[in-house]
Amino acid sequence: MKAALVRSRIYSEVKMLIPHPVLGLRDATEFIYLGAARLIDRPDPSAPDAEAAFCDYVYLRDNPAGAHRELWFHEHGDHSWLVVTRDTITHEILGAELAQDVALARKRSVK
Amino acid sequence: MRFSGFRVLSEALKGHSGWKPLWRNPDPQPFYDYVIVGGGGHGLATAYYLAKTFRQSRIAVLEKGWLGSGNVGRNTTVIRSNYLLPGNGPFYEFSLKLWEGLEQELNFNSMVSQRGVIYLFHSDWQRDAYRRRANSMALAGADARLLSREDLKAMLPFLNYDNARFPIHGGFMQPRAGTARHDAVAWGYARGADMYGVDLIQNCEVTGFRIVDGKIRGVETSRGFIGASKVGVAVAGSSSRVMAMAGMRLPIESHVLQAFVTEGLKPIIPGVIMFGAGHFYISQSDKGGLVFCGEVDGYNSYAQRGNLPMVEDVCEGAMAVMPMIGRVRLLRQWGGVMDMSMDGSPIIDRTGIEGLYFNGGWCVGGFKATPASGHAFAHLLATDTPHETARAYRLDRFARGYLIDESGAGAQPNLQ
Ligand SMILES: Cc1cc2nc3c(=O)[nH]c(=O)nc-3n(C[C@H](O)[C@H](O)[C@H](O)COP(=O)(O)OP(=O)(O)OC[C@H]3O[C@@H](n4cnc5c(N)ncnc54)[C@H](O)[C@@H]3O)c2cc1C
Repeated sequence: MKAALVRSRIYSEVKMLIPHPVLGLRDATEFIYLGAARLIDRPDPSAPDAEAAFCDYVYLRDNPAGAHRELWFHEHGDHSWLVVTRDTITHEILGAELAQDVALARKRSVK
Repeated sequence: MRFSGFRVLSEALKGHSGWKPLWRNPDPQPFYDYVIVGGGGHGLATAYYLAKTFRQSRIAVLEKGWLGSGNVGRNTTVIRSNYLLPGNGPFYEFSLKLWEGLEQELNFNSMVSQRGVIYLFHSDWQRDAYRRRANSMALAGADARLLSREDLKAMLPFLNYDNARFPIHGGFMQPRAGTARHDAVAWGYARGADMYGVDLIQNCEVTGFRIVDGKIRGVETSRGFIGASKVGVAVAGSSSRVMAMAGMRLPIESHVLQAFVTEGLKPIIPGVIMFGAGHFYISQSDKGGLVFCGEVDGYNSYAQRGNLPMVEDVCEGAMAVMPMIGRVRLLRQWGGVMDMSMDGSPIIDRTGIEGLYFNGGWCVGGFKATPASGHAFAHLLATDTPHETARAYRLDRFARGYLIDESGAGAQPNLQ
């Protein structure tokens, strides 16, 4: 178990393998990166503060050093969007979920 | 201690026993008029121009590591002013003019070499775009010319002109652009600032800001509290982390950019060659090593090292445009953390906190900006008004819709 953990850490540092929830370990080069997973939370355009909320949504970023939840699109695979949790200091990948599941869990409708 | 030919000769005769350290190593004072956070090129240049041009008294630069340990010592040293947009053109041309006088100004050899920068084009529309850029440069007072395929072949016979996908149709050149010795730029500004009495304090990490009633009072550091009337932050690559300590979120993501150096060769590449279509650019250092680079790795990172896929991508670009490079051995490779802004252009501005100023978002191109950035930031800190060439670099330009989207990539930092 310990050996397996160490090995997966080495793989993820050198090759950045993403544990796709459906397809298993996939090379990160199969994916296209979009940015922070907060981009799922698109503001309501009819809200009174929509202008400020959209400026925040489009331009401002937390950009943390450490664990970061982010969106990766499986361009060279099944065209799913994943929410990948990754350490921005070590590049270690800590987990991956289908973005659809994440959005549904927040009771949001997904197109 | 001034450098001169005479000094070098006399030291040679005395066995080089008379050279002194280039700057003092003082302990922090309890209070300064101006504290600059970050001892990179921009922070050191800011302190230098602040002390010199604006004749201000108590100034300190706080650096968490050693001076020049950040991107100023990690970049591929290209300096140029071939920008298209009105917000950028005059600023970078101002910077290039400062580069041209830098060695005399600082009495320090920063090896500024105007060897020319050439962008290759591969289609009619690219040629038209570069012609437009050349015209816009002329309006900003910069130099540019277009080169035909034959001109290029005479200058750079080793390129792969008949690449099936990207045949080379010609080039767009800025003859006054070139390279500079990056470490020496930091050292020259550091020495200059020290000579004007600036305290350069190394191994001093800023860990927080003391803000009372919306006004800055000083900074918390690994060496204790340091009081200040005004604090200017220039910490490229760490901008989001440092400004978060003042409660700010920035239009910035951190991405890694890698650089490569080969074994030393005889002179083969006269200037800098940019192969945008293949994400690759290259020059040759004065020591003979080929220095080259590509795109950012493309996802948030503070690792200061890149990953293998981008190494492959850059080397593929190299092989596509310059097949002879395949026979050269690679000596070193490294990565630096870039603060990629959402429109690819920098920010030099006040913040919502009185006395706190921000300089950052330099993306992959801030080295060339070092002199102008220092000048403009010093101007802002001293006078509270933006320098005339840096008026467009406002923090609120995103909210107001005045983006300076030089590469036309929108709010997508990994594409800038
Ligand atoms: C591989 C690569 C190639 C590049 N090529 C070019 C090029 O050819 N041309 C070009 O124009 N640009 C280039 N760049 C970009 C350029 O290097 C940067 O935009 C520019 O150097 C950034 O400004 P700086 O020099 O002040 O930053 P830095 O040298 O990074 O200075 C920031 C300093 O702040 C310090 N710091 C951070 N946090 C704290 C804290 N909390 N307290 C105290 N100090 C702190 C850091 O230690 C660092 O020394 C390249 C960058 C890289 C990585």
